[in-house]
Amino acid sequence: MPESTFGLRRYSENKIVNLADGVQLVSFLVLAAMMIGAAIGVVLLSNIVYSAFLLALVFISMSGMYILLNAGFVAAAQILIYVGAVNVLILFGIMLVNKRQDFVPLKNAWISQVATAGVCLGLFALLSTMVLATPWAISSLTPIGDEAIIEIGKHFFSDYLLPFELASILLLMALIGAIVLARRDYLPDEILGRDRPSEQPSALTLPERPRELISGGK
Amino acid sequence: MQLQYFLLLAAALFCIGIYGLVTSRNAIRVLMSIELLLNSVNLNLMAFSNFLDPQGIRGQVFAVFVITIAAAEAAVGLAIVLSIYRNRDTVDMEQFNLLKW
Repeated sequence: MPESTFGLRRYSENKIVNLADGVQLVSFLVLAAMMIGAAIGVVLLSNIVYSAFLLALVFISMSGMYILLNAGFVAAAQILIYVGAVNVLILFGIMLVNKRQDFVPLKNAWISQVATAGVCLGLFALLSTMVLATPWAISSLTPIGDEAIIEIGKHFFSDYLLPFELASILLLMALIGAIVLARRDYLPDEILGRDRPSEQPSALTLPERPRELISGGK
Repeated sequence: MQLQYFLLLAAALFCIGIYGLVTSRNAIRVLMSIELLLNSVNLNLMAFSNFLDPQGIRGQVFAVFVITIAAAEAAVGLAIVLSIYRNRDTVDMEQFNLLKW
């Protein structure tokens, strides 16, 4: 079994990221503090652009957690897909719907917030009691570390072959579906010219079918 | 390092995500909260994969699937938000009442 990238020495028990225990604990604590703080910022900050960048921080610290858990491949995939694709997509979405509006304050909004906070704290209490009370069957085998990518490839092409192929079809469906949903309806030029010959579309606006807004609110 | 630390961290992240999902008014922030939820599930899967199944690592396989589906979900979700924004001229979740009695 090859040495892992951190491999100075190998502990006999259930770890292959061969940092000393103290270093591991400290890096876990730092990553956890970063993650929780950034996640609270994502939820609570009022400026949504800051929220999007803090979301990237959550994803990066999650990737550090994966490295602590001996999963280098998934950590790289996390950075590539989440930080590189999903977060950039969210930033584009923010840019496209960048409407500086102040939401109309609801009356009694604090009731729902307090109730939600109560439910979330209760859920956390429930989950943590469950986590601490369950006798986990911790395996004593050595994690395979950097050979994980070979093992993942074997899984993908043997016992998880059908979900793997279905995932590709799902990605294709999501691609087509996102295009169909987000595309605008364009008018052909001759209809546009025949109906309103005076209106020339300027350089910066695409010819678009005028669409009446559905009235919002009650 | 213990399994319980990771599980507790994932539980905390999940609760923050639920709070954001319910209380956000901005539709894009709702999508970000869904990403937080999916990430906390992924952390659970990876922790189980490392501590309970260190040779088979089926948890990592599932985490890769979850990442794939999260990417598809983000694309379709943002397309829906854009479409709604073009129709209603707002991203306020409280005014999206097309399907509400």
